[in-house]
Amino acid sequence: MNVISAAVIDLKQLELLAQGQTTVHGHDARVKVLVTLFFIVSVVSYNRYEISGLLPFIFFPVTMVYRANLPIPYLARKMLLICPLVLLIGIFNPLFDRSTLWQLGSLEISGGCISLLSLLIRSLLTIGAALILVATTGFTTICQALERLGIPDVFTVQLLFLHRYIFVLVEEAERASRARELRSCGSKGRGIASVGSLIGHLLLRTWQRAERIHTAMLSRGFTGQFHGHRQAHFGRSDLIFLVGWSATFLLMRTIDPAALLGRFITGYFP
Amino acid sequence: MSHHIVEVKNLRHVYPDGTVALSNVSFRITHGESVAIIGANGAGKSTLLQHLNGCIAATAGEIAIGHTPLTRGTLPHIRRTVGMVFQYPDDQLFMPTVFEDVAFGPLNQGLPDDMVAERVREALEQVGAAHLSAKPPYHLSGGEKKRVAIATVLAMSPDVLVMDEPTSGLDPTARRQLITLLRRFQHTKIFTSHDLDMVLDLCPRTIVLHEGTIMADGATGDIFADDRLLEACRLEKPFVMQGCPVCGMKGK
Ligand SMILES: Nc1ncnc2c1ncn2[C@@H]1O[C@H](COP(=O)(O)OP(=O)(O)O)[C@@H](O)[C@H]1O
Ligand SMILES: [Mg+2]
Repeated sequence: MNVISAAVIDLKQLELLAQGQTTVHGHDARVKVLVTLFFIVSVVSYNRYEISGLLPFIFFPVTMVYRANLPIPYLARKMLLICPLVLLIGIFNPLFDRSTLWQLGSLEISGGCISLLSLLIRSLLTIGAALILVATTGFTTICQALERLGIPDVFTVQLLFLHRYIFVLVEEAERASRARELRSCGSKGRGIASVGSLIGHLLLRTWQRAERIHTAMLSRGFTGQFHGHRQAHFGRSDLIFLVGWSATFLLMRTIDPAALLGRFITGYFP
Repeated sequence: MSHHIVEVKNLRHVYPDGTVALSNVSFRITHGESVAIIGANGAGKSTLLQHLNGCIAATAGEIAIGHTPLTRGTLPHIRRTVGMVFQYPDDQLFMPTVFEDVAFGPLNQGLPDDMVAERVREALEQVGAAHLSAKPPYHLSGGEKKRVAIATVLAMSPDVLVMDEPTSGLDPTARRQLITLLRRFQHTKIFTSHDLDMVLDLCPRTIVLHEGTIMADGATGDIFADDRLLEACRLEKPFVMQGCPVCGMKGK
């Protein structure tokens, strides 16, 4: 359970990164949300065997990390956490999809392996982009931006509460599990039966705590709208950011560098 | 000035499970008073406090803050007037940094950014926590959390300050600092506490709750001198009023 709480502290640190003062941090949140969305759509829209087309997209996260001065080891750790999850989802691809797609000498690479690799790259790219968005903008401001982009506030406030209460849930889970561990004296406790009631209590406690937090928010004048402290100001640099990156993604998406390279070589050596 | 009066009339609260937490509670607290609400665990203190800014709706009875009756319509106004500091600061601090947390209230009040920053700075300075501004709340010590929680309320510049067990869970030094801090406030103050020495220190007036009803309401000194009352309500005298067990000297 300590692993989880460490992960939560880590997530909170992600929020702290959003306090940075670089130009990327300073961009209008709506622009960042749109660019990230566009990036994700571009990456996801490739077919499942695509690899070479995806590679140029690495340019975006790399540039952002560099310009926003984000700590690379921290982000790398986050991404590594995600890899097993993706492998779990894609692990059966190589088993089911055995048609040979690539041939390197006598080594045959099946479609399944390729699609697994492609899935991994796509996941890392999209999740990386999402992490970067939160680390340069902050969750509250993102929700605000979504609201200003026309998403009904019913959804954005839900999203915010979800984000807030995940922390609450994990903190409560940690306490409950510690109490159980201490009383079960190193053995497995009373096994699955006690875990069941533990989870029941956990949900109740989380609910109560969430309610207390909600009460505290109401007492401080919360009326269903979150106010980020960074005022949105759509300036020229934001426009350049938006148009620049969108055009780049569009270009990357329409021009396949591998095919281009192929044509270039065949053109050169007729 | 008479507009910070807190008036409660025949308040009754029954929880959905049938627990009668409060019945027939009435009192009137005038401007600038500092009042303690004491009672054993489960006496209904927290329930009572949460009525004062409409966190819980009364089953029956009336509440008025500064002659404004508490209704759905006046709720936003009342919440601005009555600042509530909850027992567990962890429930009150939910933003990524101390600054944002303290800014939450003023932002909800619709103040412009520069004014919010000013309010936050002032509030944090008042509780001696200006240096914590950029820290995440979960990295603070218990005493610091409590002070920041108070700052979050001060930043909304309330007229009435309501606190649920402000000194619980604090070490002696943090407790002493908090008492000194609270003494400085000019607001109308309402506390609940098990820390009867603090009550004696800060509140000239005390209301004793027992099983949801008011058993006594009067000068703090008189109430603590009434042994029968204290025993009936499962309370003990403050330490400074108890005899010394070592030298046998009588308490105050
Ligand atoms: N949400 C609730 N549902 C049912 N009963 C409650 C709830 N909260 C408190 N109570 C009951 O109401 C009574 C008063 O509780 P509370 O106001 O928290 O007491 P105090 O703060 O004085 O210790 C207690 O008997 C408690 O068990
Ligand atoms: Mg209580």
